[in-house]
Amino acid sequence: MVEPREAPAVPEAHESLDHQRSAMHHHHSHAADSRHGCGHHLLTVEDLSVAFRMYDETAAEAARTEKAGEAEEAPGRRPSAWRRYLGAPQREVEVIHQLNLSVHEGEIVAVVGASGSGKTLLADAVLGLFEPNALVRGRIWFDGEPMDAAALAAERGRGIALMPQSVASLDPLMRVGRQVEGAPRGRRAARRADARRRAERRRELFARYGLDEGVARLFPHELSGGMARRVLLCCALMGNPKLIVADEPTPGLDLDLAVRALADLRAFADGGGGVMLITHDIELALTVADRVAVFRDGTVVEETAVASFADPALLAHPFSRQLWHALPEHDFAVTDTAVERGVPC
Amino acid sequence: MLEARRIAFGYPGAPLLYRDFSLAVSPGERVQLAAPSGAGKTTLARILAGYERPRAGEVLVDGAPLPRRGACPVQLVGQHPEMTVDPRQRMDAVLAEAGATFEEEARLRELLGIQDRWLTRFPHELSGGELQRFCIARALAARPRYLIADEISTMLDAVTQARLWQALLAEADARDLGMVFVSHSPALSARIATRVVDLSGDRCGAPDAIRG
Repeated sequence: MVEPREAPAVPEAHESLDHQRSAMHHHHSHAADSRHGCGHHLLTVEDLSVAFRMYDETAAEAARTEKAGEAEEAPGRRPSAWRRYLGAPQREVEVIHQLNLSVHEGEIVAVVGASGSGKTLLADAVLGLFEPNALVRGRIWFDGEPMDAAALAAERGRGIALMPQSVASLDPLMRVGRQVEGAPRGRRAARRADARRRAERRRELFARYGLDEGVARLFPHELSGGMARRVLLCCALMGNPKLIVADEPTPGLDLDLAVRALADLRAFADGGGGVMLITHDIELALTVADRVAVFRDGTVVEETAVASFADPALLAHPFSRQLWHALPEHDFAVTDTAVERGVPC
Repeated sequence: MLEARRIAFGYPGAPLLYRDFSLAVSPGERVQLAAPSGAGKTTLARILAGYERPRAGEVLVDGAPLPRRGACPVQLVGQHPEMTVDPRQRMDAVLAEAGATFEEEARLRELLGIQDRWLTRFPHELSGGELQRFCIARALAARPRYLIADEISTMLDAVTQARLWQALLAEADARDLGMVFVSHSPALSARIATRVVDLSGDRCGAPDAIRG
């Protein structure tokens, strides 16, 4: 559920902002080719926080000792096991807090952060996929429209598409062509027409990304790493999306394949689409992205152009600078031990 | 000296990955294995550490074959730490597998930044980076002479990667450890390697160009 966080103080603030002129707005600076189609962002995420409701171990422990104390005083008044079971205390654990992020038309924004820091939750939030115990707050605009959970779910696969991590997301028992085409909608003639339209679109995409017609007859396990990557991209492109969320698209690929996979995303962005590239591999991200959002401990600490990574002096946040120094082509050094201490990687 | 002498290997039903391949690594050396994916880098790492037996040829440490019992002087750290730990053991038990003394273990934990509160957890309660530190600590605790590092930092962010490698390099220098590693990142390899062995072009495996 997306709850608007206490009615945004200035709901029209976003629309009234002059996106063209101000060098820095919505907490980010721009790359040379960041474009504002129709004067707004393709995607804007503001003040997003994601929390999970879970059972509170410590409170349960405390309650038990307290109850034990009470029981000694008044043995008859101990609540039944059933009641204790239903009344188990819960707490909220916030995993993403106060996150701001924007994606422009025609650009790749790389969200770079350690594995396990909650990047995939951000992708889920943008796609409107929420766990039953998740509490999601904040504001999301897509293509100028304010979105809620239902609207995000309606855009999923149409305006916003996910490019998943691996072929494991494909049905292993279904031929690739059928999977990319998806299930036709409608009844009788309309259904047949939809099926034809989908097959047509699939052929067009396969041709564009250099996939042979024979690939459509293969099963997912018969695909090579590079082919699999393109099939997943074609799946994402079937609905003609404006925004692709690519979740860790490169692990397990060697450098050459990874660069080619990212080149396909680049081509999509150059055609006017937006890409949110979620990755932990900053070296690779810097080669292909226009802007980088540095993600740490559940929030974006800095959103800046790739060009800023040429010089640590251009980076605003200490963690971004630390990241710069840690890159093997720079100092390969851990500069500030205080920052990393106590931070699980 | 860790030596692979004229080894041949292929998986059943597949063509041979190498034939008459030889490689020698001296203590203190850091050799990078370079080849496109599917050329058998990981397999070679497994052969060197004794996880696979070559079809022909032998792997020798100081002229003697790898021991069948006891701690192997060649330790392998892999790409998927979650596959190399017992999912039903807590992390302190995982670390104790190597049979190091208490002081040595504590020193390695300190070196690799392993926090005490992780010790009572199960493997699935740790992130990939945290788990990988345990795997490296466990490999070092077995007092190996040679360490095989197969893409050990691909799952890590840049800061953690730098920190881990710094610790590992310091330890390797202190112990005069020989190292064979695989990495997909050219910048990282250039930092670490004292020698590059190309598996793809030259399958006879003569040592070639030296990189800084």
